[in-house]
Amino acid sequence: MIGTHSPFDLPVLFSLGPVAITTPVVVTWALIALLGGGSWLLTRRLQLRAGRTQTALELLVTTLDQQIGEVIPDGGRGYLPLLGTLFLFLVVANASGLLPAVKAPTAHLETPAALAAVVFMSVHVSGVRRRGLRGYLREFARPTIFLLPLNLLSEVTRTFSLMIRLFGNVMSGEFVIAIVLGLAGLFVPLPLMGLELLTGIIQAYIFTTLAAVFIAAALGDTRKERSS
Amino acid sequence: MTIEQISIIGAVVAVSVGAIGPAIAEGRAVAAAMEAMARQPEAAPSLSRTLFVGLAMIETMAIYCLVVALLILFANPFAHVR
Repeated sequence: MIGTHSPFDLPVLFSLGPVAITTPVVVTWALIALLGGGSWLLTRRLQLRAGRTQTALELLVTTLDQQIGEVIPDGGRGYLPLLGTLFLFLVVANASGLLPAVKAPTAHLETPAALAAVVFMSVHVSGVRRRGLRGYLREFARPTIFLLPLNLLSEVTRTFSLMIRLFGNVMSGEFVIAIVLGLAGLFVPLPLMGLELLTGIIQAYIFTTLAAVFIAAALGDTRKERSS
Repeated sequence: MTIEQISIIGAVVAVSVGAIGPAIAEGRAVAAAMEAMARQPEAAPSLSRTLFVGLAMIETMAIYCLVVALLILFANPFAHVR
C-alpha cells in the first residue's frame, strides 16, 4: 500500500477515561464551534436596512426555506432549522477534507451513520406527530397488508443507503486524492480537489433533499387523502 | 492463489462489473431529462431537482460496489494477515 490507510480505520486521538476520542469527533467539534460561533457573530446585530453580509445571509436562508418549502408543501417552515443545519454542516464537513492534515468527518462511517439516525428518528417522530400513532402505522399496510414487510424493510434500507451514499462519495473522493498524491506528486491532484468540493456540495444537497422527501412522505399529502 | 490475490481480483470484478449498470442507467436518466427540459424549459427547476435525487439513487448502486470492494481489500474477514 502506498501510504494510504484503510478507510474503515478510526484514528484515536486521546481518551477521556474509558471513552476514546477519535479524530472525526474532534473535527466535528471544531466545525460545530465554527458554525455556531459564525452564526452568532453574523446574526448579533441584525438591522432592518440590511448590510452586505446580512443580505447574503438572508439570501442563503431564503433559498433554503424556498427549497424545503417546495419539497414539503405544508409546514415546511418548521423543518428549516433541522434541514438547513444539516445542509450547512454537510457542506462545511465535506469541504473540510480539503484542508491540509484534516480528514472530513463524513469520510468515516460513523458520522454519516449518526446523521442518518437523526433523519430516521425525525421522519418517524414527525409522522406520528402529524397523523397520530394509529394513522401513521396504518400507512405501512398500504396499499395492501401484504406489503407491510416490504414497507418496513424499505424504511431501514433507505436510511442505510443514505448513510452509505454520503460515506462512499466523500470517502472515495479523498481516497482517490490520496492515491494520486502518492503516485504523481504535490500539485497533480488539484483538479480532483475541485471536483471533490463540487461533489461535497452536491452530496450535502442530496442528503438534505432526501431527508426532506422522507419527512414529506411521512407527513403524507393530506389534501390528496381528503379528496380520494 | 493466495487469499490476497483472490481478494484483489474480486475487488476489481466488483467495481468493474458493478459500474456498468449505473453507468447505463445514469446515461438514460440524463438523456430523458435533457429531452424533457428541451421540450418544456419552464419545468426545468423541478426536473433538475428530481434528476439529481434520481441520479443519487442510481449512483448508490455503484457506491455499494465500491464499498464492497474496499471491504474486500481492507476489512477482509478471511485474511488474517493484518
